[in-house]
Amino acid sequence: MGRYLIRRLIQAVFVLVVISAITFFLFWATPANPALLICGKNCNAETVAQVNATYGFDKPLVVQYGQYMQGLVSPGGRTIGSEGNERNCPWPCFGESYQNGIPVWNSIKDAFPATLWLALGAAVLWLVAGVMLGLIAALRKGKFIDKLSVGLALFGVSFPTIVFGYLLLYLFIVKLNWIPFPDTANAALFSVGPVKWLQFYILPWITLALVFAALYTRITRANMIDTMNEDYIRTARAKGLDERTVVFKHGLRSALTPIVTIFGLDVGGLLGGAVITEQIFSITGLGKFSIDSVLSNDLPAIMGVVLFAAIFVVLANIVVDVLYAVIDPRVRLA
Amino acid sequence: MTESVTSAPPADTRAGKPFLEVKDLQVHFPTDDGMVRAVNGLNFTLERGKTLGIVGESGSGKSVSSLAIMGLHKGSKAKVTGEIWLDGAELVGMSVPEMRALRGQQVAMIFQDPLSAMHPFFRVGDQLTEAFLVHNDAPKAVAKKRAIELLDRVGIPSPDKRFFDYPHQFSGGMRQRAMIAMALMCDPSLLIADEPTTALDVTVQAQILDLMKDLQKEFNSAIILITHDLGVVAKMTENVVVMYGGRVVESGNVRDIFYRPEMPYTWGLLGSIPRVNRSGDGRLKSIRGTPPSLINLPKGCPFQPRCDYQEHVEGANCSTELPELLQIGQEQHRVRCHIKSEERRQLFTEQIKPSL
Amino acid sequence: MSTTTSAEQTGKEVAGGELLLETRGLQRYFPVTQGIIFQKQTGAVKAVDGVDLSLHAGETLGVVGESGCGKTTTGRLVTRLDEPTAGSISFLGSDISHLSRAKMRPFRREIQMIFQDPFSSLNPRQTVGTIIGAPYDIQKVKTETGTKKAVQTLMERVGLNPEHYNRYPHEFSGGQRQRIGVARALALRPKLIVCDEPVSALDVSIQAQIVNLLEDLQEEFGLAYLFIAHDLSVIRHISDRVAVMYLGKVVETADRDELYNHARHPYTHALLSAVPEADPDAEDARERIRLTGDVPSPLNPPSGCRFRTRCWKAQEICAAEEPPLMQIGAPGHQSACHFPEERDVV
Repeated sequence: MGRYLIRRLIQAVFVLVVISAITFFLFWATPANPALLICGKNCNAETVAQVNATYGFDKPLVVQYGQYMQGLVSPGGRTIGSEGNERNCPWPCFGESYQNGIPVWNSIKDAFPATLWLALGAAVLWLVAGVMLGLIAALRKGKFIDKLSVGLALFGVSFPTIVFGYLLLYLFIVKLNWIPFPDTANAALFSVGPVKWLQFYILPWITLALVFAALYTRITRANMIDTMNEDYIRTARAKGLDERTVVFKHGLRSALTPIVTIFGLDVGGLLGGAVITEQIFSITGLGKFSIDSVLSNDLPAIMGVVLFAAIFVVLANIVVDVLYAVIDPRVRLA
Repeated sequence: MTESVTSAPPADTRAGKPFLEVKDLQVHFPTDDGMVRAVNGLNFTLERGKTLGIVGESGSGKSVSSLAIMGLHKGSKAKVTGEIWLDGAELVGMSVPEMRALRGQQVAMIFQDPLSAMHPFFRVGDQLTEAFLVHNDAPKAVAKKRAIELLDRVGIPSPDKRFFDYPHQFSGGMRQRAMIAMALMCDPSLLIADEPTTALDVTVQAQILDLMKDLQKEFNSAIILITHDLGVVAKMTENVVVMYGGRVVESGNVRDIFYRPEMPYTWGLLGSIPRVNRSGDGRLKSIRGTPPSLINLPKGCPFQPRCDYQEHVEGANCSTELPELLQIGQEQHRVRCHIKSEERRQLFTEQIKPSL
Repeated sequence: MSTTTSAEQTGKEVAGGELLLETRGLQRYFPVTQGIIFQKQTGAVKAVDGVDLSLHAGETLGVVGESGCGKTTTGRLVTRLDEPTAGSISFLGSDISHLSRAKMRPFRREIQMIFQDPFSSLNPRQTVGTIIGAPYDIQKVKTETGTKKAVQTLMERVGLNPEHYNRYPHEFSGGQRQRIGVARALALRPKLIVCDEPVSALDVSIQAQIVNLLEDLQEEFGLAYLFIAHDLSVIRHISDRVAVMYLGKVVETADRDELYNHARHPYTHALLSAVPEADPDAEDARERIRLTGDVPSPLNPPSGCRFRTRCWKAQEICAAEEPPLMQIGAPGHQSACHFPEERDVV
């Protein structure tokens, strides 16, 4: 187990380095000139040269990449800025935004809680809804309730999130007025109080959860139907166990194992930002932050958010594999 | 047959009656393609301490019958009719909770593939104790003690340690031993073994069959052994039922079936198997064609499309009329065939026996 | 002795009794690795560990043993679906042990395989005609009458209705699927067919049909079979010679009747004694040898004689020295035991 984790973590670091390199060099392959972006309207050859010197754009690409990585690896961060205007960018240093000079790490730290609450809330919602619907459908296979949930799942999978989100927003906030118009872009749980917090997040949660709930319904249903046909379920019945024990103790445990894997990966992926949902409801989370960064060609911000999201995906993979081994005794980590 | 037997005390009604009696059992499943007639009138009796072999190929209805005795078709779409009397109680008409109380307690089952028949996520010991605790209001420690005793009895080394293993940590033979121990947890009087050794190697099969014989003596249980392996039948059973197309085509004691068979299908089965104790250099006497579809059973005798002896039937009604399962001689030897008994005996002695 | 020589022989009649296949010291180890970043080998599963077999044209060699004895791996090595770790396989005098795919191609016409599971070994999306005709396409063989006609002739020969040319495997029963597998193997008129448990998934009555078919085809086309099975009765019926394997090694080999009637190796005795006979009186009268325990792991096989941990005759020498296959009894009978003895078990 220990050896396994060490190996996986080393692999993870390797993956992250590759991702950072690809992002970094891809960005420089685009026609945008960062120096022009930074100096803005009053650009001339002189200011561009100055900016290039300040930010080190005149250095070879590999050296720039090396400096960038140093800020992430060295415990002291790194020094940025030109001579006379040097400042320390503390660890973890993702650089400063070209747009406004704010350290990217600070922006990420500010945006992350909104994304976290959005993802976790939606995850609970879709997990409960998906598993319950899927389970009921599987146990009542072929009956009305099964057909209904299969239909709902199909609807959920095919309904575009962006339409669904705006529909909810229009219906409950604009038309019915059940939920007040959000007056803050980033509801922190402890500053606005739980009621406002819930009001703020409930529609984004539903929007984000819809597709996932539909997928999980399908997966749970299929897994459960397969599991209930297994020989060991017949054995459980042959022991004289009542149907509830057979379904919940012997059946559900096996049927949910693959769900754990997908769930971990889905949540891990969402922690990097739910772009569409955040956009619809104007939540200033990582998704919105990454869109803004991409649209303004803000390299440090893009790098930062990509790496940050990648860390979650890579970690989620490890967590899921370990968890799988805990649930299924046949799986040995090696 | 009285109808009030179900609730009557067993002692009175049981007098003179067999321990297990299956009468005209039928199991049909409605499917999209039509009605699957898996079992069409199964009859047999079985006493404690005895073993009955049910022999047949895939689709003969042998496994479906065993599930019907366990009541495992209850709550599914299957239509089960007929009567199953076990120790004075009728099982077909029994309610689901009543049947559940019997399952594992009085009737237990050993399945073919012990790897898939045990839950991969639960420890072997826990699966054993679960079988005990569901029928006995006892502390866990008692169940654990019983489980370890039985694991020891079925020949698992250091059972107190192996109690905590998962099924995949056992070898195939040990898993089947554990499966047997699990079936014995509540000391059942009837044990149904569905191809218990088919998935095992031959030396392990021999160990398991010996073990089952020993345990039967010790627990005085009745065993229904379902198998396609005629060697296993010869070794283990006193009585045999040969099934084909969901029907009994021949039944009797094991020596009748092996030395004096009268149904052409039984002849075919015996001729199909190569022998380990002699080198038959000729061709095997195979049966032509394939087993029938249970959705579309042939009219008349189910074996008729594959039977080579129809010219011996007077009136040639094999394809129109189902022959009855008739008793011949004094013993409980029954045969379903239109050919006259004397002629069948002559055919067997002259044509079949020399080539076996 | 070159590749081309034997490829040119295709189609020519082989003289009866010609040495077709010979393996010498055949080994296949599956490495077991461990390590944090760089994997290093920490052991090996010795699936096949020094197997010598020889097979003549038109002959059937039965290979029998329990699961994990290496019989299936041996079959895969002979057909070169797998490459041996050491040792040699020669086919008609050419060494094919390490040939590349391209160089192996001409030999594939001569060596075909029939698999155990008629359900998973046929591509469900191809018609029967395509499956059986595939060898012609792969080997770019032109048949005189056209592929379709050739396939239909084959189908008829193995007992399938040629009109079912365009059907898919799922429309056939298990026995018929195995016939499809036989027809595919037969298409290029090979000299050798490796049959890996070809009848163990089939019903008794169907099993007999396939065994009969294989015997008829052998006579008609002069085929040699390497017949791998765990069923000792089927092996006795179909084989001319038999090799008994245990933990990656051949422990005893002899002509069929010699092996079944005068076996010298305790493991062969135990195997034969364990087979239940379809004869209640004989079954009651039989002497029983019961092995205890399971087959040891091939990752770490016992020292000396591999069977010694389960053998009732084992002495000190058995742990210290590995008994070689030694000539004993009738010609061609070899047994690997320090204390060979005849015993009546069947």
